[in-house]
Amino acid sequence: MFYREAGDFKTSYADDNQTFPIRFDRVRYYVVLAVAFGIIPFIINDYWANAVFVPFLIYAIAAIGLNILTGYCGQVSLGTGGFMAVGAYACYKLMTGFPEISIVLHILGAGFVTAGVGVLFGLPSLRIKGFYLAVATLAAQFFLVWLFNKVPWFYNNSASGQISAPERTVFGVPVTGANTDAWAKYLICLVFVVVLAWLARNLTRGTLGRSWMAIRDMDIAAEIIGVNPLRAKLTAFAISSFFVGIAGALFFSVYLGAVEVGEVFGINKSFLVLFMIILGGLGSIFGSFAGAAFLVLLPVLLKNILVGQLGWATDLAAHIELIIVGGLIMVFLIIEPHGLAQLWRIAKEKLRLWPFPH
Amino acid sequence: MKMKIATLAVGAVMAAAPAMADLVFPSLSYRTGPYAAGGIPFADGYADYFTLLNERDGGIGGVPTRLVECETGYNTEKGVECYEATKGEGSLVYQPLSTGITYQLIPKTAADGIPLHTMGYGRTSAANGKVFGNVFNYPANYWDGASIAVNHLLDLNGGDIGGKKISLVYHNSAYGKEPIRTLEELSKKHGFDFKAIPVDHPGQEQKSQWLQIRRERPDYVLMWGWGVMNQVAIQEAANIRFPMENFIGIWWSGSENDVLPAGDGANGYKSLALHGTGSNYPIYTDIQKFVVDAGKAAGAGDQIGTVLYSRGMYAAMLAAEAVKKAQAIHGTGDITPAQMRDGMEALEISAETLEANGMPGFGPEFSVSCENHGGPGLGMVQQWDASAQSWSLITDFIGSDKDVIGPLIAEDSAAFAAENNISERCN
Repeated sequence: MFYREAGDFKTSYADDNQTFPIRFDRVRYYVVLAVAFGIIPFIINDYWANAVFVPFLIYAIAAIGLNILTGYCGQVSLGTGGFMAVGAYACYKLMTGFPEISIVLHILGAGFVTAGVGVLFGLPSLRIKGFYLAVATLAAQFFLVWLFNKVPWFYNNSASGQISAPERTVFGVPVTGANTDAWAKYLICLVFVVVLAWLARNLTRGTLGRSWMAIRDMDIAAEIIGVNPLRAKLTAFAISSFFVGIAGALFFSVYLGAVEVGEVFGINKSFLVLFMIILGGLGSIFGSFAGAAFLVLLPVLLKNILVGQLGWATDLAAHIELIIVGGLIMVFLIIEPHGLAQLWRIAKEKLRLWPFPH
Repeated sequence: MKMKIATLAVGAVMAAAPAMADLVFPSLSYRTGPYAAGGIPFADGYADYFTLLNERDGGIGGVPTRLVECETGYNTEKGVECYEATKGEGSLVYQPLSTGITYQLIPKTAADGIPLHTMGYGRTSAANGKVFGNVFNYPANYWDGASIAVNHLLDLNGGDIGGKKISLVYHNSAYGKEPIRTLEELSKKHGFDFKAIPVDHPGQEQKSQWLQIRRERPDYVLMWGWGVMNQVAIQEAANIRFPMENFIGIWWSGSENDVLPAGDGANGYKSLALHGTGSNYPIYTDIQKFVVDAGKAAGAGDQIGTVLYSRGMYAAMLAAEAVKKAQAIHGTGDITPAQMRDGMEALEISAETLEANGMPGFGPEFSVSCENHGGPGLGMVQQWDASAQSWSLITDFIGSDKDVIGPLIAEDSAAFAAENNISERCN
């Protein structure tokens, strides 16, 4: 009834090509942004910021990044954890090396460093495909973690090998370090998420995104019609790593504040982000958000229900939580192999016809 | 909002039940994951001691205690979540039993004004109370541990270990890397060859490390391991027939779980000990009577008397003593975290205190001061007897080499102070 194209006339190509062609979607998008920027920062507390929103937003960036590479360009990567570590350590080195420069630039700089490293590890993708590429990126994961553990320069020779984020401010408000307010933490992540998601959405709709998708769907055919595979694959690796690097930098500086590479950026992190995009939907920006939300929020929700509400023993709850999350992942993938984004798409199709389905 | 309501509801229920003031002790435990073998007994000991205080004495100074347990799985992200979830309940002191989580919590607890006690782990330079106002790591820290182990070797070799080869097998993390600096300094001082061999998390695969040890034939092997890594290392050492009495673990590598899987092969393995071992202390009668027989034991109740259970109990006892001190200083039963910090800084453990708590000779006598948050740095050496399946203490308390550790602590804490613009206290 509300959700349909009818009556929503477009009179220019720009209108016709907009991201949200349906008025209801557009309005919803602005409402979400208004709530995220105008309401949540005023009511957020430490628990909601540190346990729910900040990890969700940061994982969403990482998931968008991996989705560009895997979902849009079809290159499977198991190196996400390693690339996040590159972002984190680059951010740390920049923060401690140039304390007078804004943290925002450091985070962006960390993204560019990671993009460079990503291109380097993306080079083999021109020769190897599928599972073999997954193995090559797995090597990147282990190599990078080993490197950050092995070379003391990366952690400024600290006795423990830990890196910790000193306090840095944006417009005089601390955003890293222990004295950061919940809203500042949340807002800096939100700004990065909105800008990057907007960028990703528009990149994937343009020439670059179309060349990625052509490579994904059939690389030989794409090459024949004039898509340069070198350019397409390496740009995908670079942009994907840029996103993942920013996620890693925020993860270290804003969210955790102190990081130990083997524990935080291990292979588990790579799998977690990969599960997020598979569960959320490959090749979908919305899917990246949905997948990140599912895997970040569900364990927290279950923990609060099982331990907080039902008063179960913590170890029992932790085990049951694994079973429930794992079970739900399987159920979702059996019911809808294309992820939560596809469920959303189907729901929208139905809504368009409602209340007169045929 | 559902969660918020849920947590509020639970908070309300829990607050309503005693309907009066209580002393909240969060327990960031890990009963799951690769480090659960160490996490479970510690968490049980910690919980049981507070249960005992409630059942036997009606709390501390007449105010009942309340334990809030939160599962971290030794994972820093869950650790942060647990910290945020519990800090609002009036938590008095955090003891995360994880060096990784400790590093997260050092700045956070400082900002929130809640004391952090990392007993025998965490950031070693936190012993310098001038810089770390609310972090405590008494009675001993990693660098003490490294020095105690070397001092024990000096004792065995008549004071000369020049030219000996000593290897360190360590967990490749902040925890395992902590002693390296100290051991390097000590190797310069005493002239032994030092070599560090890392083992990656979680440490189930150590064939190459032990092959290296077999090839290089070090005279002594020290170990900084935790969780499943300990059992594997001891098994591998037995497999290459490394003389067990020359193999010394830190106090986190010396529990029953670590040596039992290797069977007779583990006989003679040594580890450091922060405190006494075995269940021959009067307190266990009380625990049996008030906690176990009342059906209130934490967890499965099968860990009582083990090394790490004793450690959890010891940590709880030190916390309870600090509460008593704080209550005496501030003249109130229901203390705040800031008052708890004062209590910890004024803590004195004498032989009488230990005796009164049913733990005579269990730990060292010491007192904490504004400058020294690290305690005396004393430890003992215990040895495993595989046939009797028990640990026996083979030395008295051994001191650490403060000439080496003191400057290292000063240097590291000065670096931290400079990084975070902290000016020195206690002047």
